[in-house]
Amino acid sequence: MSKENKQICVITFHSTYYALKAEDIFKKSGVKVKLIPVPRSLSSNCGICLEFSCREKEKILNLVKIHKIKTEKIIIDGSPILNIVWSVNGQ
Amino acid sequence: MIFYFDNAATSWPKPESVYKAMDNFARHIGGNPGRSAHRLSIAGAKIIYETRELLANLFGINDSSRIIFTANATEAINLGLKGILKKNDNVIVSSFEHNSVMRPLRFLEKELNISITVVPPSSSGPVDIKELEKNISDQTKLIVISHISNVTGEILPVNEIGSIARKYNILFMVDGAQSAGSIPINLAEIGVSLFAFTGHKGLMGPQGTGGLYIAPDVDLIPLKQGGTGSRSEYEEQPDFLPDKYEAGTPNTVGIAGLGAGVKFILNTGIEKIWKKKKSLSQYLLERLKSIKDVQIYGSFKEDKLPIVSFNLGKIQPSKVAQLLDEKYKIMVRPGLHCAPLAHRTIGTFPEGTVRISLGYFNTEKEIDYLIKCLKKINKSV
Repeated sequence: MSKENKQICVITFHSTYYALKAEDIFKKSGVKVKLIPVPRSLSSNCGICLEFSCREKEKILNLVKIHKIKTEKIIIDGSPILNIVWSVNGQ
Repeated sequence: MIFYFDNAATSWPKPESVYKAMDNFARHIGGNPGRSAHRLSIAGAKIIYETRELLANLFGINDSSRIIFTANATEAINLGLKGILKKNDNVIVSSFEHNSVMRPLRFLEKELNISITVVPPSSSGPVDIKELEKNISDQTKLIVISHISNVTGEILPVNEIGSIARKYNILFMVDGAQSAGSIPINLAEIGVSLFAFTGHKGLMGPQGTGGLYIAPDVDLIPLKQGGTGSRSEYEEQPDFLPDKYEAGTPNTVGIAGLGAGVKFILNTGIEKIWKKKKSLSQYLLERLKSIKDVQIYGSFKEDKLPIVSFNLGKIQPSKVAQLLDEKYKIMVRPGLHCAPLAHRTIGTFPEGTVRISLGYFNTEKEIDYLIKCLKKINKSV
């Protein structure tokens, strides 16, 4: 991880559909998220990812689990967390 | 003033919100959905996402990613049939199928040597269920049933056929071209493997929109491959939905209109729409019967759409339609309605019929005017 990614908390997705589905679920649950272009250092998958405040990470991880949100990578404080990822094909 | 009675071909007029949504996309959004990450591209992608969610809501589906957008029901049916059928498979269909089903099947008959079994109606209904079950063999891969006949407006027994398909572990595709947006539909309850729909009829969207619902246990070979905005580093098509089946820039302006149409239906209430359509159907049938020399084909059941096929004495259907248009500004459709098989079934092949198909915005008063004009034509020819 490069230095500039250290504080980043984002979720990347395989498809725009899943990014928007996740945004929909987070917003309805009252968690603030923002759609941003995927930093090239993270992925070359779908063009947009969700950025969130690292302080919200517990809530976000919990919602991903409960709603079985299909993610590609979840990056917390600049490091990928892979053990709770619901992959599209692995479900 | 124009009197539009051709809603089974395409519904018109549309709700005001449909025109507005399309204008808004074309004028203020315009971005290519899911390709770039700027606000206009995201706004386009959101329109498509929201339309998918609205359709899932209307059809009783949990996972909206399993709704694939297509150009129309025909493309959806082609995707279903060509994605499933293999060499020497058998397909069972009703005797009310549209050419959107029959033509790809006849093509596959030549290409892949599939066999097609057409199940006749019974004395009590449009599909002889016992006959259907008897015709199931080891080769039978798929049953395809038109949900509502585009010639008679009658509903086919999809729930009953769905449970037979499940019993024999056969895939089940429903052609919802006429039913989507007109009657309450719960796809989970019917137990479909595939449900094809168009956006420009009951769903009140524009032409060039439609889709296919693919049940979770069903895998299809895509009709096309190409750009999706996802997995751009790979030259292979992604294997997740909806991207797997949606290569190329979609009809976002159309899907914006479709979303507004579905929203109109959800806000109005599908039960209310269905009730109005049933009542228009009964009123139309009653009034038509009052015309001397009129021959009505198909069902008089209460649970049907206001799609009615008839002939007026010995006057050719095309002549009746021409006179209605030229003299009275009434739009109907004569002929075979792209469904020669259905016309053979009701005994009106090859002359066809005059078809009146009413939409949610038609009124009893308009029907009264139609009847008056038909009576005049009957006297004058």
